Amino acid sequence: MKFKDYYEVLGIERGASKDDIKRAYRRLARKYHPDVSKEGDAEARFKEMKEAYEVLKDPEKRAAYDQFGENWKAGQDFQPPPGWQREHSFSGAESFAGPGQFSDFFESLFGQARGGGFSFRTGGRRAKGEDINAVISIPIEDAYRGASRTITLEVPEADASGAVARRRKTLNVRIPEGITQGKRIRLEKQGGPGFGGSPPGDLYLAVEFEEHPYYRAEGRDIRLELPVTPWEAALGRKVKVPTLGGPVDLKIPAGSSSGKILRLKGRGLPGKPPGDQYVELAVMVPPAEDEKMRELYETLEREHHVNPRAKLGV
Amino acid sequence: MTERSKSSLRGIVLDEQVMFTLREMSQACGVRTELVVEMVEEGVIEPAARQETEWRFYGDSLVRAQRALRLVRDLDVNWAGAALALDLLDELEHLQNR
Repeated sequence: MKFKDYYEVLGIERGASKDDIKRAYRRLARKYHPDVSKEGDAEARFKEMKEAYEVLKDPEKRAAYDQFGENWKAGQDFQPPPGWQREHSFSGAESFAGPGQFSDFFESLFGQARGGGFSFRTGGRRAKGEDINAVISIPIEDAYRGASRTITLEVPEADASGAVARRRKTLNVRIPEGITQGKRIRLEKQGGPGFGGSPPGDLYLAVEFEEHPYYRAEGRDIRLELPVTPWEAALGRKVKVPTLGGPVDLKIPAGSSSGKILRLKGRGLPGKPPGDQYVELAVMVPPAEDEKMRELYETLEREHHVNPRAKLGV
Repeated sequence: MTERSKSSLRGIVLDEQVMFTLREMSQACGVRTELVVEMVEEGVIEPAARQETEWRFYGDSLVRAQRALRLVRDLDVNWAGAALALDLLDELEHLQNR
């Protein structure tokens, strides 16, 4: 396994005080906590930070870890020295909850901590395996009509002797139609395996929508910016508008301008009630690219006498 | 419950269409029921109907409870801090989606 430089992870010096360590962890935890951070690898980075703090905040573990000193660099191949297990025994890690909580590196040095594991505030062995939280990114179209997606997870597993291994698990998951951005799907017992006869944990999938070239989702509603020509807006014309269910006709009212919002009822994501599609008009001015167009524009210019900047006093 | 349908797992969406009992909430969160009660008393989560003898929680309360527990455990905030953080995060997400 690879050596982990816990000081480097927390961004502190080897001689750091307990307070320094706590401050460093707090600051980084706020930034990278998966519930707070939008960064892609927040979960992995946060686990690393938590592990580093777990070791460095405990004088016993820190002293044992410091034995390796600066001779070791992060990423180097590492094995605990022979007799390590015999010489060192550690009290249980406070936040221990099951296999997979910590890296192989940690387990090899402090693995005996598993004996007295405590789960959050219940003062007893955790009743089930670890929950897994993952994000699944889907196109908006999948949310519209429902879909089946395959996801791959890395699930930690402890064998009979207590050695921890990471196994890849592939699942086929049904994305229900009408699901909205940010909602979570709970798959009972599909999380980390339980140990000591306890049931497996659950899997929670947070749904994110991939960025779409023209649709934007807000709950079940869909928003779309619709380019129109000046004459379509001025004269009022019927145009085709894309919707998730296929193109529909939309009557642009005469005298429309950029920014006008028109509602297509029930054309958003399905549900009770279904969402709507809101179409915001954006008047595009075609360039005067030839003589004919130029003349047409100049005619308008001659015939049009209202100053659009009157309200600005100029 | 997770069902299999043509080899596709069907989970439940955690929204207002699904409800959990107090016991189910505590089991899903991996904590004692007393802790879930504490979260309600501290205003972190709200049951669907407070005045009823048996509390029921909407699906999104489970999400909120789990997030709050993680914040308290990992960032060492108290319940009020966790509730505030979650409210602000919700608002931020709402604003970012507009």
